Amino acid sequence: MSRTSWMSVGRTLTPRQTSLLTVLSFLTPLILWSVVSYVPWIWHPQVLIDDAGGSTAMAVGNRVERSRFVEENAALAVAGKPLASGTPVNPVFLPAPDAVAKALYNAFTTPPRRGDMWLHQSLWHSIKIIAWGFAIAACIGVPLGIACGVWAFSSRLVEPFVDFLRYMPPPTFGALALAVLGINDEPKVAIIVIGILFNMILVVANTTRLVDRGLIEAAQTLGAGNRKLVTRVVIPAILPNLYNDLRIFLGVGWTYLTIAEMIGASSGISQFINQQGKYRNYDNVFSGIIVIGLVGLVTDQVLAFIGRFLFPWTGKTNGPGAIAVWRILTFVPATLFRLVGRSFRRSQP
Amino acid sequence: MSATLAPLPFSTPSLTPEEIANRFVRLRQRPVAMEVQNLGKRFQTPQSASGKGGEAVALNNVNFQVYRREIMTVIGPSGCGKSTLVRILAGLEQASSGRVLVDGKPVDGPGPDRGMVFQAYTLFPWLTVLKNVMFGLSMQGIGHDEARSQALQWIEMVGLERFAENYPHQLSGGMKQRVAIARALAAKPRILLMDEPFGALDPQTRAQMQSYLLQIWQNVNITIVFITHDLDEAVLLADRVCVLGAADESHPGGHLKTIMDVHLPYPHDVDVLKDPRFLEIRRQLDELVHPRRPLALDRLPIVKMTQRGDEVG
Ligand SMILES: Nc1ncnc2c1ncn2[C@@H]1O[C@H](COP(=O)(O)OP(=O)(O)OP(=O)(O)O)[C@@H](O)[C@H]1O
Ligand SMILES: [Mg+2]
Repeated sequence: MSRTSWMSVGRTLTPRQTSLLTVLSFLTPLILWSVVSYVPWIWHPQVLIDDAGGSTAMAVGNRVERSRFVEENAALAVAGKPLASGTPVNPVFLPAPDAVAKALYNAFTTPPRRGDMWLHQSLWHSIKIIAWGFAIAACIGVPLGIACGVWAFSSRLVEPFVDFLRYMPPPTFGALALAVLGINDEPKVAIIVIGILFNMILVVANTTRLVDRGLIEAAQTLGAGNRKLVTRVVIPAILPNLYNDLRIFLGVGWTYLTIAEMIGASSGISQFINQQGKYRNYDNVFSGIIVIGLVGLVTDQVLAFIGRFLFPWTGKTNGPGAIAVWRILTFVPATLFRLVGRSFRRSQP
Repeated sequence: MSATLAPLPFSTPSLTPEEIANRFVRLRQRPVAMEVQNLGKRFQTPQSASGKGGEAVALNNVNFQVYRREIMTVIGPSGCGKSTLVRILAGLEQASSGRVLVDGKPVDGPGPDRGMVFQAYTLFPWLTVLKNVMFGLSMQGIGHDEARSQALQWIEMVGLERFAENYPHQLSGGMKQRVAIARALAAKPRILLMDEPFGALDPQTRAQMQSYLLQIWQNVNITIVFITHDLDEAVLLADRVCVLGAADESHPGGHLKTIMDVHLPYPHDVDVLKDPRFLEIRRQLDELVHPRRPLALDRLPIVKMTQRGDEVG
């Protein structure tokens, strides 16, 4: 394959190339991570003590900086005591891929400590918070945004103040939300709503303003009145773009999740991650982070995929490439799902 | 409305000049479908870096009448205000002065009595061809089944019945404009306004579309105002050609130069293009639209940028 076929400006790649690059984009960080974890002379700044020798400063199972280990051993050698031995390791906050994979598997299969939640329970709780926050924001933001895009009146009335509000970081509303809404899930949902809503109004208004004036004028010469113009021309015209906007805002919701869940009684996947961080189970921390990423990515891709069926008139067809990408993206979660299902069935009496 | 077109009768070159002239007498006896009175349009131009902003006069005191079931073409140099004129007729733009009357009533905003076909393709991309053509009918509160059967007849009339369930992005440019014409006509306007509808089409398709339009016009109760900058098209389609001039010493903006009766055998068809009378009318129009200027004025101040000996002629 010639270089130009990979690098030509503004051209789409073949389905094969697309799938290959998608795999590569996930594989490259994974390979880097594996190299840092498994090749002993790359990084590995600490030494895990296997045998303390004559040292009183180090004990078996300790992690010490490599320079200190060397100094200590030099001192032991001078004193004529037996030398300590150990293996080079990475700091505890960078677990190896296999440790994280095991943790991920265990998180779904072994019961957590008493009082803690299963990973999937935490996750489900988080998903519910996001879903509520997103739904409420969309119910207010979409109609308001469309109104602002359609009528200069509502645009001038609403947009300046919203523009002012959206510069305030949502967490600053945390204390207020707690005072008004109590310490359960409501303030968390409120933070997500605040994080999404103001930008959503402005973005939807802008999307609406981009409707081809020619279509509106054509409808007017066909006898469409003001109301029909909105319902029969503006709304159908913006639907594909609106759908994409909402997809992006669902992603924005996830970015506010961690902050939202720290407000009041902390909960959900962020609480799981924080808790595991306190226990210094960094493999669990990683599995929590990866699960968030996967859930986000999969929902987004599912929505993108559905989007192509929803709007056949945009002319973007579902080639075999789209389906290949879909398979690749869903491989990990689908396998996980199967595994979890199997272990559930096994654990049932 | 007839679903199938009557075969287009060949124009009869044997018509005497008197018979042709009589046709224009009869034409002027028809009711006035649209009347343009002292129409003017000024645009506010924004403050520019070089000078201060102000007003640009697009149209200046335009007067004419369009009679029922006539085709009037409007021609003029680029920027003389043709689009502005037709947009005011459609009600999409407000006149700065003067007014437009349709059947004696002043125009106030767009309405289904004046259909429009735009130069840019303005089919609704989310609707199939059939639904596009049904749009105007359902805006008028006509029930789905009735709208559907009427729309199908119009689609058949423009020869696109095989594409009724297709989306606009699956059609060629010429097909899109045929759907646009069907969509405009289906709403049963009194007047059809067309702003360079065939401008983006290749000559072959364009000739085909002109022939379609003439056939439709003969079979449908419709008055047409057709904007173009193509002289052949203007003469071929028109009963009368309205010539607009660009701003000059005596006129601050686009203005009406003349309205010319096209004394040609009727009904027109593409054969007329070879008629010597056609060529004569076309020549007269050409002089009106593109007045002769001393050639020296047209010399471009270009510095030679090629090598010596590389002359092209
Ligand atoms: N919205 C506007 N604001 C300011 N000036 C405008 C506007 N629309 C048109 N004009 C000006 O009015 C004049 C007439 O424009 P118009 O588009 O009607 O020309 P036209 O005859 O249709 O030209 P063409 O043959 O190139 O389509 C031009 O000088 C143009 O600059
Ligand atoms: Mg124009």
